[in-house]
Amino acid sequence: MSVDTATVARIAALARLQLSEAELEAMVPELNGILAWVEQLGEVDVSGVEPMTAVIENHLRLRDDVVTDGGIRDQVLANAPAAEHGFFAVPKVIE
Amino acid sequence: MSQDLTDLGVAAIRDGVANGGFSAVEVAEAFNANVAAAQHALNAFIVATPERALEAARRVDADRAAGKPLGRLAGVPIGMKDLFATAGVQTTAASHILEGFTPTYESTVSQKLWDAGAGMLGKLNLDQFAMGSSNETSYFGNVVSPWRRKDGGNAALAPGGSSGGSSAAVSARLAPAATGTDTGGSIRQPAAFTGISGIKPTYGRCSRWGIVAFASSLDQAGPMARDVRDCAIMLEAMAGFDPKDSTSLDLPVPAWEADLNSGLRGNKVGIPREYRIDGMDADVGKSWDDGIAWLKDAGAEIVEISLPHTRYALPAYYIIAPAEASSNLARYDGVRYGLRELPDGAGLQDMYAATRAAGFGAEVRRRILIGTYVLSAGFYDAYYTQAQKVRTLIARDFKNAWASCDVILAPTAPSAAFALGEKTADPLSMYLNDVFAVPASLAGLPAMSVPAGLNREGLPLGLQIIGRPFDEQGVLNAGLAIEQRAGFTARPERWW
Repeated sequence: MSVDTATVARIAALARLQLSEAELEAMVPELNGILAWVEQLGEVDVSGVEPMTAVIENHLRLRDDVVTDGGIRDQVLANAPAAEHGFFAVPKVIE
Repeated sequence: MSQDLTDLGVAAIRDGVANGGFSAVEVAEAFNANVAAAQHALNAFIVATPERALEAARRVDADRAAGKPLGRLAGVPIGMKDLFATAGVQTTAASHILEGFTPTYESTVSQKLWDAGAGMLGKLNLDQFAMGSSNETSYFGNVVSPWRRKDGGNAALAPGGSSGGSSAAVSARLAPAATGTDTGGSIRQPAAFTGISGIKPTYGRCSRWGIVAFASSLDQAGPMARDVRDCAIMLEAMAGFDPKDSTSLDLPVPAWEADLNSGLRGNKVGIPREYRIDGMDADVGKSWDDGIAWLKDAGAEIVEISLPHTRYALPAYYIIAPAEASSNLARYDGVRYGLRELPDGAGLQDMYAATRAAGFGAEVRRRILIGTYVLSAGFYDAYYTQAQKVRTLIARDFKNAWASCDVILAPTAPSAAFALGEKTADPLSMYLNDVFAVPASLAGLPAMSVPAGLNREGLPLGLQIIGRPFDEQGVLNAGLAIEQRAGFTARPERWW
């Protein structure tokens, strides 16, 4: 499988990455080089093999359903590019 | 004082401070001076924090004077890879998108180190979001290795990556030890390139909480230091169960330092035949043979083993790691922290796209695109699921190998350090540098690199020991056996 400029543009849109026409063009051969190389995985016989889910066997823990933090609004907002009235601020959204 | 305190490693500093040979403040001042003097030439630190180092040292000296018990790293100043969140100190992952981000919280691993009495010399440079093998993707500039080839050409060499600031700082005596993180070799390869030791423990030993995420199923923190004992001391302080990380191992931390033992009688060392690749660098091949002889001399039995899916590890990694990265890095949206790019009249979606384009470097954008592609509808099974199945087979290869050996010995990297700029034009050639490191990462196994010798150009080569899950002790012991026989005393000649 290989990608063209339109596919890279679609992927970039999905990834919310703004790329110029020139950047899109440059990315096509780079991605195709990498994709052609990973293509070799297709030759591995994986019949009956489960995909890896946990590399080291571990059990998922449950904890008591209690509040463990909170009350730190100012800390949460401390690094926000824009915060107003105790909220994150974003440009106006009109759908 | 005639003794240069920056020649001392972790154990010697800890012991010297404890028995009053010198003060913690003297140590911190000596390393602070080295950090400042090297910054322009090596660029190992993104931010130096000499006051933090001094504060911690003063506390240790006061505790000692008051007869209070001292922590296991009391008086040891260290470098902190700038991937660990440090409260009140900028944490960037070497990216523009996190430039100026000042956490209000501390990562579990760094907190454990401070609790043990260590002090922070500064935040170490790295490849952007830990994506790279040469420290050339940092927004804050390349780290230059303190090592130079013996050809008199003085070409600037890569310190390895992604923990390139850590490796450069330890080998140049700017820090006795540093933290690293390893996703596909990012502790071991830079350690090998700079003639130091570094260990990636079993996945889950060190908490990932507060470490900027790259590929969560692979990311693991570990120490980088000048020798095996110092790595053991650091790792004991860094490891341990953390309820804040769902994949943290709920196991006691072994006494790795106390149990160091380089006598390997009764141990079997596996030599994987698939790692002896066509066209292998002659010096790398020779250092591997030396390692085999040293472990035999230490009493181990050498057995040939097979890890049949080795050649598929790297392509599987370059699907899995970018897939996880594209998901993890979705959080950088210009809303909650970090950079915001808001072109005139832009709406929310435009802001996301503009922010991410401006904030991520070329390699990060490339990996996000690959990851998004392999996870996208119609391609998910062909790429991502297939890669995860191959990953199962790679882990199974190791599991089968443990039936006939206790640890595995292999080179850490296929070559010594390359020059800055030598591999940047071709991403694939850069990726191939991690060919020996990635399989252990995919299988979550403990693995370490120790210096083995110098190549014909006078540059360090590392040997890698891979162990069973949870058997960091076996890895450290085999590393110590090599260290004692390699007699590696070379260090970069100071030119900076």
